Amino acid sequence: MLSLYGKNISSRLLLGTAQYPSPAILAEAVHNSATEIITLSLRRETAGGKQGSRFQELIKTLDVHVLPNTAGCFSVKEAIITARLARDLFKTNWIKLEVIGNQDTLQPHVFALVEAAKILTDEGCEVFPYTTDDLIVAEKLIDSGCKVLMPWCAPIGSAKGARDTDGLRSMRAHFPDIPLIVDAGIGRPSHAAAVMELGYDAVLLNTAVAKAGNPARMAEAFAQAINAGRLGFEAGMLEPRDVAIPSTPVIGRAVFS
Amino acid sequence: MHIHVNGKERETKACFLAGILVEFGFEGDWLATAVNNEVVAANERADYRIYESDWIEIVSPMQGG
Repeated sequence: MLSLYGKNISSRLLLGTAQYPSPAILAEAVHNSATEIITLSLRRETAGGKQGSRFQELIKTLDVHVLPNTAGCFSVKEAIITARLARDLFKTNWIKLEVIGNQDTLQPHVFALVEAAKILTDEGCEVFPYTTDDLIVAEKLIDSGCKVLMPWCAPIGSAKGARDTDGLRSMRAHFPDIPLIVDAGIGRPSHAAAVMELGYDAVLLNTAVAKAGNPARMAEAFAQAINAGRLGFEAGMLEPRDVAIPSTPVIGRAVFS
Repeated sequence: MHIHVNGKERETKACFLAGILVEFGFEGDWLATAVNNEVVAANERADYRIYESDWIEIVSPMQGG
Protein backbone atom coordinates (compact mmCIF):
# COMPACT_ATOMS: atom_id res chain seq x y z
CA MET A 1 0.00 0.00 0.00
CA LEU A 2 1.15 3.52 -0.73
CA SER A 3 2.26 5.48 2.33
CA LEU A 4 2.57 9.26 2.17
CA TYR A 5 4.10 10.84 5.26
CA GLY A 6 2.80 7.97 7.36
CA LYS A 7 -0.72 7.92 5.93
CA ASN A 8 -1.67 4.71 4.16
CA ILE A 9 -3.44 5.42 0.91
CA SER A 10 -5.30 2.79 -1.11
CA SER A 11 -5.98 4.80 -4.25
CA ARG A 12 -3.07 5.78 -6.45
CA LEU A 13 -5.00 8.59 -8.08
CA LEU A 14 -4.87 12.09 -6.61
CA LEU A 15 -7.44 14.44 -8.05
CA GLY A 16 -7.43 18.19 -8.52
CA THR A 17 -10.69 20.05 -7.97
CA ALA A 18 -10.44 22.91 -10.48
CA GLN A 19 -12.24 23.56 -13.76
CA TYR A 20 -15.19 21.17 -13.34
CA PRO A 21 -18.47 22.21 -14.96
CA SER A 22 -20.22 22.20 -11.59
CA PRO A 23 -19.69 21.22 -7.94
CA ALA A 24 -21.99 18.24 -8.47
CA ILE A 25 -19.86 16.94 -11.33
CA LEU A 26 -16.73 17.45 -9.24
CA ALA A 27 -18.30 15.35 -6.48
CA GLU A 28 -19.27 12.66 -8.96
CA ALA A 29 -15.75 12.57 -10.40
CA VAL A 30 -14.24 12.26 -6.93
CA HIS A 31 -16.62 9.42 -6.15
CA ASN A 32 -15.98 7.56 -9.42
CA SER A 33 -12.22 7.95 -9.18
CA ALA A 34 -12.21 6.43 -5.67
CA THR A 35 -9.49 8.94 -4.87
CA GLU A 36 -8.59 9.51 -1.24
CA ILE A 37 -6.69 12.76 -1.81
CA ILE A 38 -7.89 15.94 -3.48
CA THR A 39 -5.99 19.15 -4.04
CA LEU A 40 -7.33 22.58 -3.17
CA SER A 41 -6.06 26.11 -3.39
CA LEU A 42 -6.40 29.40 -1.52
CA ARG A 43 -7.52 32.69 -2.96
CA ARG A 44 -8.72 36.02 -1.67
CA GLU A 45 -12.20 35.70 -0.21
CA THR A 46 -14.50 37.90 -2.24
CA ALA A 47 -17.90 36.93 -0.91
CA GLY A 48 -17.49 37.74 2.77
CA GLY A 49 -16.77 34.14 3.68
CA LYS A 50 -19.67 32.62 1.78
CA GLN A 51 -17.41 31.40 -1.03
CA GLY A 52 -15.26 29.39 1.37
CA SER A 53 -18.25 28.14 3.34
CA ARG A 54 -19.99 26.76 0.26
CA PHE A 55 -16.86 24.95 -0.82
CA GLN A 56 -16.32 23.71 2.73
CA GLU A 57 -19.72 22.04 2.71
CA LEU A 58 -18.91 20.27 -0.54
CA ILE A 59 -15.50 19.08 0.63
CA LYS A 60 -16.94 17.72 3.87
CA THR A 61 -19.27 15.45 1.92
CA LEU A 62 -16.38 13.96 -0.07
CA ASP A 63 -14.62 12.41 2.96
CA VAL A 64 -11.10 12.57 1.52
CA HIS A 65 -7.70 13.86 2.58
CA VAL A 66 -7.05 17.45 1.55
CA LEU A 67 -3.77 18.43 -0.06
CA PRO A 68 -3.64 22.24 -0.30
CA ASN A 69 -1.39 23.73 -2.93
CA THR A 70 0.58 26.90 -3.47
CA ALA A 71 -0.46 27.19 -7.11
CA GLY A 72 0.31 30.50 -8.73
CA CYS A 73 3.19 31.40 -6.43
CA PHE A 74 6.27 32.73 -8.20
CA SER A 75 8.56 33.34 -5.24
CA VAL A 76 9.73 31.65 -2.08
CA LYS A 77 8.02 34.34 -0.01
CA GLU A 78 4.64 33.90 -1.70
CA ALA A 79 4.82 30.12 -1.45
CA ILE A 80 5.83 30.16 2.21
CA ILE A 81 3.05 32.53 3.27
CA THR A 82 0.46 30.63 1.22
CA ALA A 83 1.61 27.34 2.74
CA ARG A 84 1.34 28.77 6.24
CA LEU A 85 -2.16 30.08 5.52
CA ALA A 86 -3.17 26.68 4.16
CA ARG A 87 -1.81 24.91 7.21
CA ASP A 88 -3.75 27.21 9.51
CA LEU A 89 -6.96 26.85 7.54
CA PHE A 90 -6.98 23.15 6.66
CA LYS A 91 -5.30 21.95 9.86
CA THR A 92 -2.96 19.71 7.90
CA ASN A 93 0.80 19.56 7.63
CA TRP A 94 0.53 18.47 4.01
CA ILE A 95 1.34 21.05 1.37
CA LYS A 96 1.70 20.64 -2.37
CA LEU A 97 4.51 23.07 -2.92
CA GLU A 98 4.52 24.84 -6.27
CA VAL A 99 6.90 27.66 -7.06
CA ILE A 100 6.45 28.54 -10.69
CA GLY A 101 9.46 29.75 -12.65
CA ASN A 102 7.97 30.74 -15.97
CA GLN A 103 4.60 32.25 -16.81
CA ASP A 104 4.34 30.47 -20.16
CA THR A 105 5.61 27.00 -19.40
CA LEU A 106 4.54 26.93 -15.74
CA GLN A 107 7.64 24.92 -15.04
CA PRO A 108 8.83 24.72 -11.46
CA HIS A 109 11.45 27.21 -10.28
CA VAL A 110 13.58 24.47 -8.85
CA PHE A 111 16.02 26.70 -6.93
CA ALA A 112 13.21 28.53 -5.18
CA LEU A 113 11.42 25.24 -4.68
CA VAL A 114 14.34 23.71 -2.78
CA GLU A 115 14.68 26.83 -0.65
CA ALA A 116 10.98 26.92 0.18
CA ALA A 117 10.88 23.18 0.86
CA LYS A 118 13.67 23.53 3.42
CA ILE A 119 11.93 26.36 5.25
CA LEU A 120 8.59 24.56 5.34
CA THR A 121 9.93 21.17 6.40
CA ASP A 122 11.84 22.91 9.18
CA GLU A 123 8.49 24.31 10.31
CA GLY A 124 7.00 20.81 10.40
CA CYS A 125 5.21 20.82 7.05
CA GLU A 126 5.07 17.64 5.01
CA VAL A 127 5.96 18.86 1.57
CA PHE A 128 4.83 17.41 -1.76
CA PRO A 129 7.06 19.36 -4.17
CA TYR A 130 6.00 19.89 -7.78
CA THR A 131 9.32 19.42 -9.51
CA THR A 132 10.99 18.16 -12.67
CA ASP A 133 12.66 14.82 -13.20
CA ASP A 134 16.08 16.39 -12.59
CA LEU A 135 17.96 14.02 -10.30
CA ILE A 136 20.09 16.64 -8.57
CA VAL A 137 17.07 18.77 -7.74
CA ALA A 138 15.40 15.63 -6.44
CA GLU A 139 18.39 14.93 -4.20
CA LYS A 140 18.30 18.49 -2.87
CA LEU A 141 14.59 18.22 -2.14
CA ILE A 142 15.15 14.99 -0.26
CA ASP A 143 18.03 16.62 1.62
CA SER A 144 15.60 19.42 2.48
CA GLY A 145 13.32 16.92 4.16
CA CYS A 146 10.87 16.00 1.41
CA LYS A 147 9.70 12.40 1.67
CA VAL A 148 7.60 12.52 -1.50
CA LEU A 149 8.48 13.91 -4.94
CA MET A 150 6.05 15.00 -7.62
CA PRO A 151 7.75 15.36 -11.00
CA TRP A 152 5.88 16.68 -13.99
CA CYS A 153 5.81 14.52 -17.09
CA ALA A 154 4.81 17.42 -19.37
CA PRO A 155 3.69 21.03 -18.78
CA ILE A 156 0.62 21.63 -16.64
CA GLY A 157 -2.57 21.24 -18.65
CA SER A 158 -0.71 20.22 -21.83
CA ALA A 159 -2.23 16.71 -21.95
CA LYS A 160 0.83 15.42 -23.77
CA GLY A 161 1.77 12.52 -21.53
CA ALA A 162 5.35 11.64 -20.66
CA ARG A 163 7.74 13.71 -22.78
CA ASP A 164 10.86 12.05 -21.40
CA THR A 165 10.21 8.45 -20.48
CA ASP A 166 13.91 7.78 -20.00
CA GLY A 167 14.16 10.65 -17.54
CA LEU A 168 11.22 9.34 -15.54
CA ARG A 169 12.65 5.82 -15.61
CA SER A 170 15.99 7.14 -14.40
CA MET A 171 14.33 9.03 -11.55
CA ARG A 172 12.47 5.90 -10.48
CA ALA A 173 15.71 3.92 -10.51
CA HIS A 174 17.62 6.53 -8.50
CA PHE A 175 14.99 6.90 -5.80
CA PRO A 176 13.51 3.43 -5.33
CA ASP A 177 12.28 4.14 -1.81
CA ILE A 178 10.78 7.61 -2.26
CA PRO A 179 7.11 7.80 -3.26
CA LEU A 180 7.05 9.37 -6.72
CA ILE A 181 3.82 10.92 -7.96
CA VAL A 182 3.55 12.19 -11.51
CA ASP A 183 2.00 15.63 -11.31
CA ALA A 184 1.04 17.47 -14.46
CA GLY A 185 0.99 16.72 -18.16
CA ILE A 186 -1.25 13.66 -18.24
CA GLY A 187 -4.00 13.84 -20.87
CA ARG A 188 -5.32 10.34 -21.37
CA PRO A 189 -5.78 7.19 -19.33
CA SER A 190 -3.07 5.50 -21.41
CA HIS A 191 -0.63 8.24 -20.36
CA ALA A 192 -1.35 7.46 -16.74
CA ALA A 193 -1.00 3.73 -17.28
CA ALA A 194 2.34 4.32 -19.01
CA VAL A 195 3.91 6.16 -16.08
CA MET A 196 2.48 3.66 -13.62
CA GLU A 197 4.09 0.88 -15.64
CA LEU A 198 7.42 2.64 -15.02
CA GLY A 199 6.89 2.04 -11.33
CA TYR A 200 5.58 5.44 -10.33
CA ASP A 201 3.56 5.29 -7.16
CA ALA A 202 0.66 7.49 -8.12
CA VAL A 203 -0.64 10.12 -10.53
CA LEU A 204 -2.10 13.53 -9.77
CA LEU A 205 -4.67 14.67 -12.33
CA ASN A 206 -6.91 17.63 -12.80
CA THR A 207 -7.46 19.06 -16.26
CA ALA A 208 -7.62 15.69 -18.02
CA VAL A 209 -10.63 14.77 -15.90
CA ALA A 210 -12.25 18.15 -15.34
CA LYS A 211 -12.21 19.18 -19.00
CA ALA A 212 -13.24 15.78 -20.38
CA GLY A 213 -16.55 15.48 -22.18
CA ASN A 214 -17.81 13.45 -19.24
CA PRO A 215 -15.59 14.12 -16.20
CA ALA A 216 -17.19 11.48 -14.01
CA ARG A 217 -16.66 8.72 -16.57
CA MET A 218 -13.15 9.94 -17.29
CA ALA A 219 -12.34 9.79 -13.58
CA GLU A 220 -13.37 6.16 -13.61
CA ALA A 221 -11.33 5.51 -16.76
CA PHE A 222 -8.23 7.00 -15.14
CA ALA A 223 -8.76 4.99 -11.99
CA GLN A 224 -8.84 1.78 -14.02
CA ALA A 225 -5.82 2.78 -16.12
CA ILE A 226 -3.79 3.65 -13.04
CA ASN A 227 -4.67 0.34 -11.42
CA ALA A 228 -3.83 -1.52 -14.61
CA GLY A 229 -0.46 0.22 -14.92
CA ARG A 230 0.38 -0.53 -11.32
CA LEU A 231 -0.62 -4.17 -11.62
CA GLY A 232 1.46 -4.48 -14.78
CA PHE A 233 4.48 -3.03 -13.00
CA GLU A 234 4.07 -5.32 -10.02
CA ALA A 235 3.54 -8.35 -12.25
CA GLY A 236 6.82 -7.81 -14.10
CA MET A 237 6.57 -6.90 -17.75
CA LEU A 238 8.34 -8.34 -20.73
CA GLU A 239 11.16 -6.21 -22.10
CA PRO A 240 10.91 -5.27 -25.79
CA ARG A 241 12.81 -7.54 -28.19
CA ASP A 242 14.34 -6.77 -31.54
CA VAL A 243 13.39 -10.06 -33.16
CA ALA A 244 10.22 -12.11 -33.46
CA ILE A 245 9.95 -15.03 -31.08
CA PRO A 246 7.11 -17.49 -31.64
CA SER A 247 4.70 -17.82 -28.77
CA THR A 248 3.46 -21.24 -29.93
CA PRO A 249 6.01 -24.05 -29.41
CA VAL A 250 7.59 -25.19 -32.69
CA ILE A 251 8.62 -28.62 -31.37
CA GLY A 252 6.25 -31.36 -32.44
CA ARG A 253 4.58 -29.54 -35.21
CA ALA A 254 3.37 -31.64 -38.09
CA VAL A 255 5.45 -31.69 -41.25
CA PHE A 256 3.68 -31.72 -44.57
CA SER A 257 5.59 -32.92 -47.56
CA MET B 1 -7.61 54.31 10.27
CA HIS B 2 -6.46 53.60 6.76
CA ILE B 3 -5.73 49.94 5.91
CA HIS B 4 -5.69 47.56 2.94
CA VAL B 5 -7.99 44.54 2.84
CA ASN B 6 -7.36 42.09 0.00
CA GLY B 7 -5.67 44.80 -1.99
CA LYS B 8 -8.39 47.43 -1.54
CA GLU B 9 -8.00 50.60 0.47
CA ARG B 10 -10.37 50.72 3.44
CA GLU B 11 -11.18 52.95 6.37
CA THR B 12 -11.89 51.31 9.71
CA LYS B 13 -12.45 52.12 13.34
CA ALA B 14 -11.77 48.53 14.43
CA CYS B 15 -8.62 48.02 16.46
CA PHE B 16 -8.28 44.25 16.20
CA LEU B 17 -8.26 41.83 13.30
CA ALA B 18 -11.41 40.03 14.45
CA GLY B 19 -13.21 43.37 14.34
CA ILE B 20 -12.00 44.00 10.80
CA LEU B 21 -13.53 40.71 9.67
CA VAL B 22 -16.85 41.59 11.28
CA GLU B 23 -16.83 45.14 9.92
CA PHE B 24 -16.27 44.02 6.36
CA GLY B 25 -18.65 41.07 6.53
CA PHE B 26 -16.31 38.10 6.52
CA GLU B 27 -18.05 35.12 8.08
CA GLY B 28 -17.42 31.42 8.51
CA ASP B 29 -14.54 29.37 9.84
CA TRP B 30 -12.96 28.54 6.50
CA LEU B 31 -10.94 31.72 6.32
CA ALA B 32 -7.25 32.31 6.84
CA THR B 33 -5.70 35.67 7.52
CA ALA B 34 -2.35 37.36 7.19
CA VAL B 35 -1.29 40.83 8.26
CA ASN B 36 1.81 42.31 6.65
CA ASN B 37 2.80 38.83 5.39
CA GLU B 38 2.49 37.19 8.81
CA VAL B 39 -0.19 34.55 9.26
CA VAL B 40 -2.60 35.31 12.08
CA ALA B 41 -4.33 32.16 13.30
CA ALA B 42 -8.06 32.20 13.86
CA ASN B 43 -7.69 32.04 17.64
CA GLU B 44 -5.32 35.04 17.65
CA ARG B 45 -7.51 37.44 15.68
CA ALA B 46 -9.41 38.81 18.65
CA ASP B 47 -6.20 40.06 20.26
CA TYR B 48 -4.27 40.96 17.14
CA ARG B 49 -4.00 44.74 16.98
CA ILE B 50 -4.26 46.49 13.64
CA TYR B 51 -2.27 49.61 12.85
CA GLU B 52 -2.38 52.36 10.25
CA SER B 53 -1.44 51.13 6.73
CA ASP B 54 -1.55 47.44 7.64
CA TRP B 55 -1.86 45.10 4.68
CA ILE B 56 -4.46 42.43 5.42
CA GLU B 57 -5.08 39.36 3.32
CA ILE B 58 -8.18 37.23 3.90
CA VAL B 59 -8.28 33.99 1.91
CA SER B 60 -10.56 31.01 1.63
CA PRO B 61 -10.35 27.63 -0.07
CA MET B 62 -11.15 27.29 -3.69
CA GLN B 63 -10.81 24.66 -6.36
CA GLY B 64 -7.23 23.88 -7.25
CA GLY B 65 -5.09 21.41 -9.13
